[in-house]
Amino acid sequence: MTDQFKIPEKTITNIIGRAIPKPANDQNTDDILPARYMKEITFKKMGEYVYFDERFKEGKIVKEHPFNDEKYKGATILIAGANYGCGSSREHAPQALHRFGINAVIAGSFAEIFAGNCASLGLVGIVVPPEKITMLAEYVEQKPSTEFDIDLAQKVIRYDEHVVEFDMPEGRRQAFLNGLWDAMAILEQNEGKIKETAAGLPYLKFR
Amino acid sequence: MSKGTLYDKVWENHVVGKLPTGQTQIFIGRHLMHEVTTPQAFEILRERGINAKHPELTFAVTDHVIPTDIRSRPFKDEQAELMTKTLEDNVREFGITYFGIDSGKQGVCHIIYPELGLILPGQLVVCGDSHTCTYGAFGVLAFGIGTTQVSHVLATQTMAMDKLKIRCVKFNGTLLECVTAKDLALYMIKKTGVEGGVGFAYEFSGEVVDNMSMEERMTLCNLVVEGGARSGYVNPDETTFKYLKDKHYAPKEDFEKAKEYWKFIASDKDAEYDDILNIDVSKIKPMVTWGVNPGQAIAIDEKIPEPDDFNQKEKEEAEDALEYMGLKGGIELQGTPVDVVFIGSCTNGRLSDLEAAAKILKGKKVSVKTLVVPGSETLKRHAEQMGLDKIFIEAGAEWRYPGCSMCLGMNPDRLKGTQRSASTSNRNFKGRQGSPTGRTHLMSPITAAATAIDGKITDPRKYLEEESL
Repeated sequence: MTDQFKIPEKTITNIIGRAIPKPANDQNTDDILPARYMKEITFKKMGEYVYFDERFKEGKIVKEHPFNDEKYKGATILIAGANYGCGSSREHAPQALHRFGINAVIAGSFAEIFAGNCASLGLVGIVVPPEKITMLAEYVEQKPSTEFDIDLAQKVIRYDEHVVEFDMPEGRRQAFLNGLWDAMAILEQNEGKIKETAAGLPYLKFR
Repeated sequence: MSKGTLYDKVWENHVVGKLPTGQTQIFIGRHLMHEVTTPQAFEILRERGINAKHPELTFAVTDHVIPTDIRSRPFKDEQAELMTKTLEDNVREFGITYFGIDSGKQGVCHIIYPELGLILPGQLVVCGDSHTCTYGAFGVLAFGIGTTQVSHVLATQTMAMDKLKIRCVKFNGTLLECVTAKDLALYMIKKTGVEGGVGFAYEFSGEVVDNMSMEERMTLCNLVVEGGARSGYVNPDETTFKYLKDKHYAPKEDFEKAKEYWKFIASDKDAEYDDILNIDVSKIKPMVTWGVNPGQAIAIDEKIPEPDDFNQKEKEEAEDALEYMGLKGGIELQGTPVDVVFIGSCTNGRLSDLEAAAKILKGKKVSVKTLVVPGSETLKRHAEQMGLDKIFIEAGAEWRYPGCSMCLGMNPDRLKGTQRSASTSNRNFKGRQGSPTGRTHLMSPITAAATAIDGKITDPRKYLEEESL
């Protein structure tokens, strides 16, 4: 990496807030953001569409849906099951969560493309074992006012007197801690080496 | 850790360096686009005042929102028109080759790019679409990416990535009749679960894969993402080379030289893998999904599982899926009436898929609404030269223009209410085919064609003896 590189001022060290429990496994990107709401050329309105088909049925609001439920209003952390965000590559899904107000997702595991998309938006995705997901979700259901502190430096979630360890890819953790999650700036640094790599690819020269 | 695989070699060739985060900066040799996941990426470049770094390595098409019946402009759907127009303006501004409706080459992205010879062994390919993994059929590393990452690729021709682990999946044994690449993929996903491939790329091998056509390999690789794997590939061989010969963008004067390179990047005989999965195909039957994810599948002559067959967590999911699908456990899925049959998509919208469906439908009549949506203008012309369009039309099916169509219902081709569909596409998620309460059963083109005739989920082997194309 070149010396003149400056770290963007966007470090993310802690996500503090209340949580929404939605611990089902295999929640896919069509659940999070149905395809017909992707027919827009900006992400601006995506927050309105999050979980649309679950939250509104036949034109009526489903009051008990965790994203509609008054007791979770203003929460910034989502507790989800395994394989969260499976399905399509649509960034519209994490954009919808983020614009709804979610700043971190605690899941049993993440689908790869979804996890990458979250990271490039500054939406923090962390992983805890399935039994911990069940425990956290039940805890929040019983006490929705619980305030969580996701500490990226220590790799722990703190709430009340409890501490739970979490996992996440180290590269992503470093990117958040060092304000490098918007990768554009660091990718632009290596122009010389990019040219070198391209020059070494035989298939770019085949006629 | 894997060693000597195609993945290792191709990855190594494209590494630019380590980023300060510890991730790898990787060069992108081929970047492909469609209208849904790109407008915001171009906007990011405009906001930063930067140009596309290698516009000559990027290609674009409109496929998701395009109507498949009346294609005159402007489209009736104003949002579809705006999205198409936005892509057209963007490719012009940034100097990117575009396959528009008037090009004669338009179609579903994952069908046209290989057809045009843009996908060559040894490439590292990305596209803002999860089914980018389709291209793995050619011995490439192909990854679906998000829109912000599309902006990274446009601006720098690179992106930040972590290397995946590699699972070698071997298909061996003798295939039973009416068992296609689609059935093998659904069987594999059922076996591993929809999460089973997370963190892995799949290398497919074994005699069954060796004997597959390129189109079958594309179907197999297309579906890896439904089992959680971000990418999957087949090592390039004579079948690959034969397919590429004379394709529009494939090497011409350097073809032999290219072939040497393509052979060189294939996995070594003594390559090491992170995991190996052996699948004996000899007991696999035509597969159909009964639930709301592609892993909730059974052989066509099996009974729908009962929720009690599963562990606690899966039990809740199964109950929820059965309720959504309007089905009960413990009964036959076969014979369930359907309202719509959809034959098409990046999974099964290629010429051989249409041929297989036509073989069953020849001289028969469909008893429900049946959409046949060819994957590209090129293969549509080819199918028409072969008379396939006439077989479909005489059977009472609708012969449409190319597009993603009812795979995800972003155009007017959608389920209504709780309609049930038999679909050759890739996802049976809730609401996937355009109606929030629509029901989808995934299956092969042969099974879909048999189902279209009977108007209910039907074992295609029933029509085996009658075929005569």
